[in-house]
Amino acid sequence: MNGGEAILKALKEQDVDTIFGYPGGSVIPLYDSLYDDDLRHILVRHEQCAVHAAEGYARASGKVGVCLATSGPGATNLVTGIADANMDSTPLVAITGQVNLSAIGNDAFQEADMIGISMPVTKHSYQITNVDSIPSIVKSSFDIAKSGRPGPVLIDFPKEMQQGELSKYETTLIETPGYNPTLKGNIKQVTKSIDLIKKASNPIILAGGGVIISGASEQLAKFAKTINAPVVTTLMGKGAVPEDDDYALGMLGMHGRLVANKNINKSDLLIAIGCRFSDRTTGKIDEFIPNAKVIHIDVDPAEIGKNVDVDIPIVGDAFNVLKMFNDKLTKYEPNPNSIKWLDELKAKKTKFSLKTNYDTTPLMPQTVISEISESLTEDSIVTTDVGLHQMFAAHYLNVNKPRKFISSGGLGTMGYGFPAAIGAKVACEDDPVIAICGDGGFLMVSQELATIQSYDLPIIITILDNRKLGMVYQWQNLLYNKRLSQTDLGTVPDFVKLAESYGINGVNITKPGETKEVIKNAIKDNEAILLNIDIQKDEFLPMVPPGAAIEEVIGEYNFVDESLSNEDAAK
Amino acid sequence: MCTTHTISILVEHKPGVLQKVTGLFSRRGFNIESITVGSSEIENLARMVIVVYADNKGLEQVKKQLNKLVDVIKIQELHSNSSVKRELCLIKVQTKDSKARTEVFQYTDVFRCNIVDVCDNSVTIEVIGHPNKINAFIKLLKHYGIKKIARTGPTAVARGSAN
Ligand SMILES: Cc1ncc(C[n+]2csc(CCOP(=O)(O)OP(=O)(O)O)c2C)c(N)n1
Repeated sequence: MNGGEAILKALKEQDVDTIFGYPGGSVIPLYDSLYDDDLRHILVRHEQCAVHAAEGYARASGKVGVCLATSGPGATNLVTGIADANMDSTPLVAITGQVNLSAIGNDAFQEADMIGISMPVTKHSYQITNVDSIPSIVKSSFDIAKSGRPGPVLIDFPKEMQQGELSKYETTLIETPGYNPTLKGNIKQVTKSIDLIKKASNPIILAGGGVIISGASEQLAKFAKTINAPVVTTLMGKGAVPEDDDYALGMLGMHGRLVANKNINKSDLLIAIGCRFSDRTTGKIDEFIPNAKVIHIDVDPAEIGKNVDVDIPIVGDAFNVLKMFNDKLTKYEPNPNSIKWLDELKAKKTKFSLKTNYDTTPLMPQTVISEISESLTEDSIVTTDVGLHQMFAAHYLNVNKPRKFISSGGLGTMGYGFPAAIGAKVACEDDPVIAICGDGGFLMVSQELATIQSYDLPIIITILDNRKLGMVYQWQNLLYNKRLSQTDLGTVPDFVKLAESYGINGVNITKPGETKEVIKNAIKDNEAILLNIDIQKDEFLPMVPPGAAIEEVIGEYNFVDESLSNEDAAK
Repeated sequence: MCTTHTISILVEHKPGVLQKVTGLFSRRGFNIESITVGSSEIENLARMVIVVYADNKGLEQVKKQLNKLVDVIKIQELHSNSSVKRELCLIKVQTKDSKARTEVFQYTDVFRCNIVDVCDNSVTIEVIGHPNKINAFIKLLKHYGIKKIARTGPTAVARGSAN
């Protein structure tokens, strides 16, 4: 067995069914092994999309995503996605070809120091320097990628290691004495926390992506109901609890929902779970939750106390820790004040329902997102790109299940949404997958239309087409004196024709109602389709300007109840 | 308030680890004042002693982030009152005339240092000790004209039974 065959076998032993990749000189031997193998390989049209697809696959399935690229430019094209996975704690194994070991360091053709380049953005990395170590390195890479706080692991695979014959295929344990994530929470800290919770009149839970990663959604819902606390989430936490439920106030943050933003600072106890208090979530950190005690549950001790001072730190996996809470709270009677607090917030949530049914053309993004929302089935997966459309989606779309909303959070990577949808679709064949993209971000990865056509992946692509780099355009309008520098995208291309040129149906959407109808039919017919949706370019989403406190929202919302204004949500 | 802290890190002794550790410091905005690396009492593990300028919160964050590196086994902060710290320094100093040479020799004796090389108009002295002692010695020799200084940066271990 040669190294190429060995790595494929080792991948399959890790339950890998699909890898996303792009060949090149220094991985030809590996692709040669793949030729006879039953491991599924999706040939993307740009390596960046291989890694984003692997991320989408991982986020949708909970498994480790795998991508493969050749040395040098192929490998460096993966870097953005590796950094994205690192920020969003996505389990990923990236395999990069490398020049022959003997050539390393000589600036050989297509040589790049991938271990060095990726070091700041990987959880760990290996270079294969001995063919017999392949099975063990693969196993260790997967163990590290998916355990504790998940993240990307890079395997640098020199060409002659792919060709070399193994003396024996054997998986031995690679000792990593420096790596032992704490998964179980400390019961004393849990008990102490319960005392704090009992005393709290205005408790609130902030749920992040960690809740979804650890599969803690049900435990969280139970916990929140027991202690009578509303739940707000980060962008990554969307879907951690069903957003249709009345105690779920939705996303907090720069583009957070009004009731969440305007009331979080009234809390006297914040229970943060699996989140890292990013500046996009907290607003000005010095004015965030001024009166609250903080309990922070996270599997990564480095996140605890990093941005926000914590009263009770609990290091552990969110599922385990929440289960410990729930086991101890079986006969819990919530603090009467907290009942009042939650009732008020639930009422506010209903009262401040946002208007979405505009009949204007070009279409309002709110209308488009709510039509997308209405056309989705329970199991539909939504991916988004990065920009204004992403924030409109996060704001106006209710996500009711974990792993159904996949978006680039920490790195904010344009070009993520469409390839992530490819990965999600490959992982969850039976679930409808809808990518919500801006015209700018879609153009960064539009060549992947070829991929979905070749593999017959029925993905629904919605482009919220404003012919602007909308998010930046909004900032320029609101914060930079309307100096609209380089954010106009003109009118090229015709997205429908573009789709058609790849053999994919495309449709221009201009009127209310059409989005919903087309998506419903596409789901029913299980068909790939691109919707080019003509939206208002000057419709902005209210925001908390960078550096302002979380309740300082600029821009007025339109509510169903027209007598309301933003400020009422604080009262 | 920022002060200097000495941390001792036990790491896997393999290529790239030094880069990972130092990269982490610079990436998180911390300046390494000095770093020493060498083998430890355990085979395949090396010990790094790093002096870093940081406030307490920053130091906490550095320690936690270091702990996340798979190749880092153990981290310990060494406090000045409960650890021994030593540095090696080589100083090449000018000795223009025999008077200067005699004085330099005398100072070398007083500071319990060693002359390791002598030539016509300069001597090279080896100083081993706490960084403060080395600083003091350098100050003393300054007016003779120092040609070269090479310092290793301090290494340190905890005292006595403290582990
Ligand atoms: C790779 C990358 N480049 C640049 C940015 C900065 N950026 C953030 S949002 C945005 C505009 C996105 O425009 P578009 O894709 O049309 O979506 P819209 O905001 O209009 O919904 C830009 C340029 C980014 N996040 N990622």
